Amino acid sequence: MNIAEYSGVWVFIEVKDGKIVPVSLELLGAGKRLAEKRGVELSGILVGYGVKPLANTAFEYGADAVYVYDDPIFKLYRTETYMRAIIECTNRHKPEIILYGATSTGKDLASAAATDLATGLTADTTILDIDADTGLLQASRPAFGGNIMATILCKKHRPQMATVRPKIMKAMNPIPGRKGEIIEEKISIREEDVRTKVLEIVKSATKQVRIDEADIIVAGGKGLGDAKGFGLIHDFAETIGATVGASRDAVEAGWIEHHHQVGQTGVTVTPKIYFAIGISGAIQHLVGMQNSGLIIAINKDPDAPIFNSCHYGIVGDAFEIVPMLIEQFKRVLTAEEVKNA
Amino acid sequence: MLHVVACIKQVPDTKVAKLNPKTNTIDRASAPAILNPYDTHAVEEAVRLKKRYGGTVTVLTMGPPPAVKAIRRCVEIGADEGYMISDRAFAGADTLATSYALTKALHKISQIRPIDLIICGKMTIDGDTGQVGPGIARRLDIPPLTSVNKVVEIDKEGGSAVVHRKLEDGYEVVKSTLPCLLTVEKEINEVPYSPMPNLIKAARYQPTIWAVSDLEDVDRTQLGLKGSPTIVGSVWAPPKPQGGEILQGPVNSQVDQLMDILLQKKELFAVKGGAS
Repeated sequence: MNIAEYSGVWVFIEVKDGKIVPVSLELLGAGKRLAEKRGVELSGILVGYGVKPLANTAFEYGADAVYVYDDPIFKLYRTETYMRAIIECTNRHKPEIILYGATSTGKDLASAAATDLATGLTADTTILDIDADTGLLQASRPAFGGNIMATILCKKHRPQMATVRPKIMKAMNPIPGRKGEIIEEKISIREEDVRTKVLEIVKSATKQVRIDEADIIVAGGKGLGDAKGFGLIHDFAETIGATVGASRDAVEAGWIEHHHQVGQTGVTVTPKIYFAIGISGAIQHLVGMQNSGLIIAINKDPDAPIFNSCHYGIVGDAFEIVPMLIEQFKRVLTAEEVKNA
Repeated sequence: MLHVVACIKQVPDTKVAKLNPKTNTIDRASAPAILNPYDTHAVEEAVRLKKRYGGTVTVLTMGPPPAVKAIRRCVEIGADEGYMISDRAFAGADTLATSYALTKALHKISQIRPIDLIICGKMTIDGDTGQVGPGIARRLDIPPLTSVNKVVEIDKEGGSAVVHRKLEDGYEVVKSTLPCLLTVEKEINEVPYSPMPNLIKAARYQPTIWAVSDLEDVDRTQLGLKGSPTIVGSVWAPPKPQGGEILQGPVNSQVDQLMDILLQKKELFAVKGGAS
């Protein structure tokens, strides 16, 4: 492999319900910074059906060019078809780097494509940098269950690929009307040759709690002791109109469902206020909440690492402190209601 | 009769692992080796499919000799046969080299008994990538179906499988040809306590162990560290953030201080009754 033939930074632009998903816009921002440092172009690769107009959004968010695969065969995501577009386009245009959002689609696609391209893929990256001279991508991620960080390099293979966690990178401020080059690509895949069919898409009937959309999160961890203890988190959240979050320990203990989990193997959240109650603050948890606006930690252990990552901390027993907070909030919020009435 | 192969891994229990602050390496002695939690669900699903359709459950792992213990755990869950590939040449493999080695072993297993379905856990808790399963599927040129949280039907005669793939806001029902490869979510099943006969069988179980020389058509340059495009450039503990202000004084006063801070953002809090 002659790695000198490879140039440019690409972002896989994921589309859901007719819109570009937020992480793809974040990656255009991150990709732009890498491309500028290296002195190369930033391109998007857009696959789907009826998606071509979305290229304009990609330009506004920093892409200089967008490769577009717009074909009915790509109406619904399937590994087999999307992967062929990525592989063909990569082999034709030889990018140095491809970034994917670490969503279920992005991870699925990148894993399959990396195998056929016989190149390196770093999963769930949280920090990206590039060596301006060599183009070597430094993709860092929490490793070993999130106890430490590891910087992963792919020296001899191209493209260098990484999936990147949502809500970590910053999107550029869009520049309305910013233009770029649309490169229309064609691929011939016959439906009868595709081995997988999507029979039906079922959206959750009860709108599942999306903790990544919450303004306030009250999150509980191992320190609450048991499922009953975790009830304190629900009580507090209900009082102040917050969404319930949880550490991995609390989820694995079965106190709450997985979609409430904050952290590396859960969801990354950026609420305006994050309460970490009885959560020690392992790296794998911190990567999921460290960009929150205001972080309040309550923990019995004064040495808990969460106190290094909070804005304000109380060292003490959650079962003493949280009920006091609930009482105070009830008083304040009820008074407010009376005043508004 | 179905032949289902579950690919599994023995991992250090990262939840209890301690970090050596001087070297930034994991203190292995602090972390007991366990069967990767996601893989227990992969094996359990294979066992359930065997109960439903009849057949054989085989497990396959790559690892050092002590990983036999993880295969025994699979036998407790109900696996019939275990294979392990173990060789110094595999050491240092990243996900690409791992899927290559496992694929060579799967080829050999399929010569003994053709494989209908491969099941992997969603990811391992030490690597946390979820990339090996799809990698195997690509190398075998069979469809990968990731994030599966329900197997609706396996129709061996019709040559098809129907599964649910979990999405961020629901799930999709996908039909695939057989053979295919599934990576499964934890919620796909609950792993019950193992029946006594399984425990007895597992205690003495010896899997078949293959070295590189036992596998066919192996390109040694694709194994282990040599066959891995990615390397770990450095391992580091992230710099400790500045740290926040720890509130002082009696508990009452601390709570009052906190309320003062929070009520600066009063507009965020819902008035009870939802009137905000």
